[in-house]
Amino acid sequence: MMQFRRIGRTALVAVSACLLLTGCGAPVLTPQGPVGRGDVKVLFDAVALMLTIVVPTIGVTLGFAWWYRQSNPRARRLPEFDYSGRLELVIWAIPLLTIMFLGGMIWIASHDLDPATPLGSQGGKPLEVQVVSLDWKWLFIYPEEGVASVNTLAAPVGRPIHFRLTSGSVMNAFYVPQLGSMIYTMNGMADTLNLRADRAGDYRGLSTMISGDGFADMHFDLHAVTPAQYAAWVAAAKAGGPTLDAASYAALAHQSANLAPFTYRAVQPGLFQSIVTQQIAPAPGPPESARSDSHVFPKSLEPQ
Amino acid sequence: MSILFGKLSWSAIPLDEPLPMVSGCVIALVLLGVAIWVVRKGWAPYLWREWITSVDHKRIGVMYCVLALVMLLRGFSDAVLMRTQQALAYNAQGFLPPEHYNQIFSAHGTIMIFFVAMPFMFGLMNFVLPLQLGVRDVAFPTFNSVAFWLTCSGALLVNLSLVVGEFQRTGWLPYPPLSEIAYSPGVGVDYWLWAITISGIGTLIGGINLVTTILKMRAPGMDYMRMPMFCWTALATNMLVVAAFPILTATSAMLLLDRYLGFHFFTNTGGGNVMMFMNLIWAWGHPEVYILILPAFGVFSEVISTFSGKPLFGYRSMVLATLAICVLAFMVWLHHFFTMGAGGNVNAVFGILTTVIAVPTGAKVFNWLFTLYGGAVRFSSALLWSLGFIVTFVIGGMTGVLLAVPPADFLLHNSLFLVAHFHNVIIGGVLFGAFAGYTYWFPKAFGFRLHERIGKAAFWFWLTGFYVAFMPLYWLGFLGMTRRMQHYDVAQWRPWLLVAALGAALILIGIVLQIVQLFTSIRDRAQLRDLTGDPWDGRSLEWSTASPPPVFNFAVLPDVQGTEAYWRTKAQARDQQQLAQAPDYCAIEMPRNSPTGVVCAFFATIVGFALIWHIWWLAIVGLVGAYATFVVFAWRDIADEEIPAEEVARIVGENRSHRARALHAERQP
Repeated sequence: MMQFRRIGRTALVAVSACLLLTGCGAPVLTPQGPVGRGDVKVLFDAVALMLTIVVPTIGVTLGFAWWYRQSNPRARRLPEFDYSGRLELVIWAIPLLTIMFLGGMIWIASHDLDPATPLGSQGGKPLEVQVVSLDWKWLFIYPEEGVASVNTLAAPVGRPIHFRLTSGSVMNAFYVPQLGSMIYTMNGMADTLNLRADRAGDYRGLSTMISGDGFADMHFDLHAVTPAQYAAWVAAAKAGGPTLDAASYAALAHQSANLAPFTYRAVQPGLFQSIVTQQIAPAPGPPESARSDSHVFPKSLEPQ
Repeated sequence: MSILFGKLSWSAIPLDEPLPMVSGCVIALVLLGVAIWVVRKGWAPYLWREWITSVDHKRIGVMYCVLALVMLLRGFSDAVLMRTQQALAYNAQGFLPPEHYNQIFSAHGTIMIFFVAMPFMFGLMNFVLPLQLGVRDVAFPTFNSVAFWLTCSGALLVNLSLVVGEFQRTGWLPYPPLSEIAYSPGVGVDYWLWAITISGIGTLIGGINLVTTILKMRAPGMDYMRMPMFCWTALATNMLVVAAFPILTATSAMLLLDRYLGFHFFTNTGGGNVMMFMNLIWAWGHPEVYILILPAFGVFSEVISTFSGKPLFGYRSMVLATLAICVLAFMVWLHHFFTMGAGGNVNAVFGILTTVIAVPTGAKVFNWLFTLYGGAVRFSSALLWSLGFIVTFVIGGMTGVLLAVPPADFLLHNSLFLVAHFHNVIIGGVLFGAFAGYTYWFPKAFGFRLHERIGKAAFWFWLTGFYVAFMPLYWLGFLGMTRRMQHYDVAQWRPWLLVAALGAALILIGIVLQIVQLFTSIRDRAQLRDLTGDPWDGRSLEWSTASPPPVFNFAVLPDVQGTEAYWRTKAQARDQQQLAQAPDYCAIEMPRNSPTGVVCAFFATIVGFALIWHIWWLAIVGLVGAYATFVVFAWRDIADEEIPAEEVARIVGENRSHRARALHAERQP
């Protein structure tokens, strides 16, 4: 028995060491903004509430099964015991009460943490960012600054970001784990998401909805920087790079994967709106050469 | 040429890709080998007469389970490929390029749900229901055979895509617009659509058949509130099938119209709306998970009660819980897309409705607990699967309720946490239920038990393998890893993916042990033989007949006096120390076997294949063939054949003498 306990303790230490090594930076559990913090708090509250039932249930199951084993002479057998009104009351009441409590939590949290809800006035006027998911890269348009970027995103620390999101082709989902709530991008519609980074850093973002062969490379970094650094970043973007208009957008919309981040020095006004309203047609998908062949997919998608 | 062969050409066969080619050749060789062996042994006519054309619900049930077990091997090979790829693909491409990897996870999900979990549950229900209800067959025996063979037809098409063309690369559900012709121009999505349409029709037929059987064909005195729990869960499941599968067929049909005829149901352009697909597919998809889990709940109810030597605790409360789940199953589909921006009110309502399902489910768990309480628990392998289920399923249920909390889902949707959750409930719930049922009813189907010790070893490998493979996935969800990644460059994820691969290896040992168990049990069947037909001291009617049951199940339909019909009969026999008086036997009419099912499915496969490859003339041939098959069946002259009374008496008499001997032995230990 002692030996088992020692093995158990060693295993526990090993597992917690593992968790510490790789887990300290568990991005989802170390939120860097109010949205992520809110989401994680709800998550922990819900888990704690449910564990209070789940752990005893597992214990009692194993306990009953073991104690009432056929070979245990001390167990009191009740071979006809198949109904008890009082027990049924308890049986239904425990999950019912838990779920009523959890239901209340869900109602409040769903409204508080609705991605479309603005984050309030703290941090000033929200930064407008328009997100377009393409095959297979992310396009970020800064309508107020008049610049755009691909596969990289910069934002000032502490200032709310108001995202409008759509897709130029198939569905994707926009997610920066350390900042919280993800949301889908869909062609012909725009979703809204509000986030804020409270600490400077590079936060990895990714697509969480399979979108085709280049899906695994659809990630980007969100650089949360000081306002001064942000202004410098915008100025640098304005200083060089191509212009984003209908023609260069059409070129960008062709399938390609693993593009190195770059910026556009100017953006045609209203481009995002034209994509959402489908005045700009959805991206063409695979090239004609891939269509005639029945199974071979172009090998041109290997990382560049 | 294109009129003759449509889109089909030699380039459809991926000769340059070793993986599908080698595995395809191996499968073909194994099938050929088995076929040659069967023919040389002279078993072909027997197989055709007694199995392939059989309309006996027991045989069809067994064949459903065989299909599920074979497909489990295919689906599991996909899983091994995926775990290996992710173990290797850190800062590298691994050995599977995205166009393959995406097909593999799509095929894995499709096969595991449609061709493992579904046929396994349908197999158990088909086999057990008429026996538990005390009747001789299902309501529509030939229809039953059609349903089974159409399911096989779908499975065949999915597997054909391995070597002819490709499978879909969109995930197990073809979400548009990715699945539309503009973004998936190949035949992969068409394979999915036709396979699911054909097998979906089979499932619907099966559902109609079983609902009718339960509602209309119970033994005298078998009131609804006297039915064993498994019959109740099967009733709820099949009502869900009848209500939900038409939605799946209609959704597939709409996507087919988009892809074949340029319609715009779900396209980006032309007024199509992808949200309509989301709503429709999950209006089927969520009930589907209850279609899978409810029969498993039924199995656990039977197994726990039998091996505790007690009636099921809270029978009425269990019936209520089952029906509540059945109704609620249709009211929660939106939780699959909380992250699509529906807004606070909608998300909150569907989140709460989803968590409400935990109430009847929780009540069920507690009722199982109190079934154990006060029992004399025998730790057979069927009971081990059930205990493993309770422990595992409560964890899976908890993570499921967590995902029903919208803000938590905003963090974990589509992550490996989600993947861990649904494997937690599908392996820990459905598959453990299937294995419990398989172990529990195997002696009923074949007259001998499975090796208990190997079975227990398999259980322990499966259980630890499951935890080692999927607990890391929960954690990876918190590390921000999303599902369906062909490669990645986050060092933090790697160790956990390696652990998960080790878990898959443990599960592999479990599966190998199950295969060994089956073969050694067949080899040692003489020692494992059960002559009484009641090897576990069972309580419901299936244990009152011989193992394997005669084709007519019951010589005289039982007269049911209350719940646990057979337990009462047995208690009486124990009291009076003799079996009840043998009744007068009459001749019994049973439906004749018919090749309608297999021929019809043959033509359905041709139709599916022809439509996938745009070979229009062949599709017409197939449709005419399938229609002609039904006309021929409808024109049959002789539908039944008679089993004479002496034959009935002989078959039943043999089993009665064994039971009498067993009763005698019980008295003088």
